[in-house]
Amino acid sequence: VQADGTDGNCVTFVLHDEDHTLGNSLRYMVMKNPDVEFCGYCITHPSESKINFRIQTRGALPAVEPFRKGLTDLMGVCQHVLNTFERSMKEYRAQR
Amino acid sequence: EVPTMAVEKVFVYNNTSIVQDEILAHRLGLIPIRADPRLFEYRNQGDEEGTEIDTLQFQLKIKCSRNPQAAKESSDPNELYFNHKVYSKHMTWVPLGNQTDLFPDADFRPVHDGILIALLRPGQEIDVLMHCVKGVGKDHAKFSPVATASYRLLPDITLLQPIEDEAAEMLQKCFSPGVIEIQNIKGKKVARVANARLDTFSREVFRHEGLKNLVRLARVRNHYIFSVESTGILPPDVLVSEAIKILMGKCQRFLNELDSVPME
Repeated sequence: VQADGTDGNCVTFVLHDEDHTLGNSLRYMVMKNPDVEFCGYCITHPSESKINFRIQTRGALPAVEPFRKGLTDLMGVCQHVLNTFERSMKEYRAQR
Repeated sequence: EVPTMAVEKVFVYNNTSIVQDEILAHRLGLIPIRADPRLFEYRNQGDEEGTEIDTLQFQLKIKCSRNPQAAKESSDPNELYFNHKVYSKHMTWVPLGNQTDLFPDADFRPVHDGILIALLRPGQEIDVLMHCVKGVGKDHAKFSPVATASYRLLPDITLLQPIEDEAAEMLQKCFSPGVIEIQNIKGKKVARVANARLDTFSREVFRHEGLKNLVRLARVRNHYIFSVESTGILPPDVLVSEAIKILMGKCQRFLNELDSVPME
């Protein structure tokens, strides 16, 4: 984790062993947060599997907060998709 | 990133066939193995031997011989030789350690029996032992549980004006069958969009001058259609569920790290 500057509002997280799979989905969830001024990710070099994930918040909110919220929201979305999918599969199988 | 089991190490005891050792090993690795990867663990780094919780052992032992009963002048290899084609059904599972107790009624074998591995002639034989490990498709394509997995957005076809008679017939031919339906309203044939989901978006309709401006092709922005074709190891719905769980696992990992490492 590298923090830029003196405040905790602009933080670049270095996530190891990750790629677009988590990077893009997490960026999408964090961007939905109105407190976030800037959010982006990049793959430093395609041979190394790590991503730089940067969050900048407006105001005094520490950048860790949107990161945590984004992760929790992404988990919530996945759980909802999983539940809906399993329910539809069950209905489909019962119907056949 | 959904893990599967595939052949990783091939111990070649005897290979007198024309297929080189490394080519044979490469082919064996690509064969999909019907084994539920959730029952196994990943092999530890640097562990060469393999334990019974992370390895499946298969044996392929086959020898080609001449058929003494074949007719004198026949040139059909099926008649002349025994075992001249090595199929994946010749791979047999060799239980390791307590695997017979752990999996009493499991039958580990390749998903398809008819995969041709090598061709032999009399006197040639193949005797190999294979170790299967759990891995992910990101590491090597042989571990991929899908043949193809793709997604597209739901097509949205709108007719800007009512289209009738010959124009309606022509419109129906422009799209994939089943997309446009022709109804008989008050004696006239009127076209109607029946099932937009079947369309393959070939844009054939824009080649016809008369129909170009009457149809608008678009996509519904938040309706995705995923097509998942499995190799047979796991059924497609299980694959999708597992993939979602893996994404959740990734999030959980970072949440745990956030909580455990004190932020300054």
